[in-house]
Amino acid sequence: MLHFLRSSVGKKFIMGLSGLGLSGFVFAHMTGNLLVFKGAEAYNMYGHFMTHNPAYPLISWSLVLMMLVHAFLGILLTKENHSARPSAYAVQASPAKSVTTASKTMIFSGSILLVFIITHLATFKYGNHYDVEYGGQTVRDLHRLMVEAFQNPAFVVWYVVALIVMGVHLRHGVSSIFQSLGFNHPRYTPTIKWIGIVYAIVVAAGFISQPIYVYLVHQG
Amino acid sequence: MSANHSHSATSTQKAPASMTLTLKVWRQSGPHSEGRFEEYKVDGIVPDMSFLEMMDVLNQKLIKAGIEQVSFDHDCREGICGTCLMVINGSAHGPDRGVTTCQLHMRRFQDGDTIVIEPARAKAFPIIKDLSINRSAFDRITASGGFISVSTGNAPDANSILISKTAADLAMDAAACIGCGACVASCKNASAMLFTSAKVSHFALLPQGQPERTDRVLGMVKQMDIEGFGNCTNTGACEAACPKEITLENIARMNREYLRAMLVTRKS
Ligand code: HEM
Ligand code: FES
Repeated sequence: MLHFLRSSVGKKFIMGLSGLGLSGFVFAHMTGNLLVFKGAEAYNMYGHFMTHNPAYPLISWSLVLMMLVHAFLGILLTKENHSARPSAYAVQASPAKSVTTASKTMIFSGSILLVFIITHLATFKYGNHYDVEYGGQTVRDLHRLMVEAFQNPAFVVWYVVALIVMGVHLRHGVSSIFQSLGFNHPRYTPTIKWIGIVYAIVVAAGFISQPIYVYLVHQG
Repeated sequence: MSANHSHSATSTQKAPASMTLTLKVWRQSGPHSEGRFEEYKVDGIVPDMSFLEMMDVLNQKLIKAGIEQVSFDHDCREGICGTCLMVINGSAHGPDRGVTTCQLHMRRFQDGDTIVIEPARAKAFPIIKDLSINRSAFDRITASGGFISVSTGNAPDANSILISKTAADLAMDAAACIGCGACVASCKNASAMLFTSAKVSHFALLPQGQPERTDRVLGMVKQMDIEGFGNCTNTGACEAACPKEITLENIARMNREYLRAMLVTRKS
């Protein structure tokens, strides 16, 4: 087991598994939050349900673990990769032999995501705690916190940029999961590549629509 | 051939235009010395020359001028041996897919072009001199499992081992690898996964490869990591640069083979 984790193939495998979990999470997170378009109550009740169910500790701790492992391995792999190519070439490869920018910049997009995720958790999960009552039940008023946060246009812009970066990370990442886990087949891989691109666009656009909507509609 | 015919042929045929090129060539006197680009002008290059013939013209010129020739590797000059790897304008084996440097023709370039010529750069491929690199890391990976055991004695009957056409074709595709190192040269991580996976796939797909199937992939991946190659990030640069068009499918197969071997091996 330890041999596996130390090997290049094993580390890639763990990268793929953690990437799979995180990609699944961002999709679920994005779709759930679309309830912002329905209204404050739906949004808050959804948030309440997500944090008050028996699976919550398991899910949240596995996400934390996946995030830590993914970021740690991503940084470690990048360091190893840099030392394997100590001097760069003077010229860029020809068009026929070049690859997508998204695939070459995973550590760059990933690092921005790391900063984004930390500030995101600090703003919302560990931000001001407001309460609201719906039919006698007191729940956290995340909607109010969010509306407050997105009054600041600079904050909205930062979200849009960070979420585009997430889209770029997923554009290479999603199809890459299959390759890392050992699945590549001429019949399916071209389709998987397309699904990866569509997935990235849907997740990024779905998320981006929310701060923009809140900024435009809920003027404080 | 009638005199008439040959006359009309030459009068309509344009003589191949001869090109003058500026070459920026990496010069490095030894593994531990500092390298740098030197600029040379070559003329009289005709479009039908191969890239290596152009390098020969350069070296002739250098010899006449009393300058030390550029060291570069070459052997078969027909795309079989894989030694001629160099990085031409940033691309391993030059701008086109599916060819080695020796199969690249000068008609791909234009009069007045500047061509930057570098060695493959990877920690695991130390530069011997100029464009010559030491690829013995590949030999050590191969020695760690890229072989099959055969019994001595009489030759077995032909076709006595059954192989499906699909498996034979896939194994043949993987076996096309000439070990040139273009995958390592082109990968931003200097990863040797395409090479290693081609060897692993070649044998894993064939019945003759089964006895060592588990140990092979474990041994080869281990040696690959020891040699200091980088980790694959699935960019696909190797596949694009491979003169034999070995595909990423082989790397996925190696990942599967490795996982399987890890699960079934009895060795610690
Ligand atoms: C929401 C957060 C994130 C998601 C959904 C995500 C998703 C993914 C996916 C699906 C992959 C492809 C895995 C593979 O090739 O098998 C990947 C690769 C990668 N990620 Fe992330 N990631 C996230 C955050 C991060 C962070 C915070 C970092 C770094 C600090 C990071 C760095 C990397 C790197 C360097 C790779 C390429 C590694 C490789 O291919 O070997 N990612 N990511
Ligand atoms: S010299 Fe043998 S492949 Fe080019």
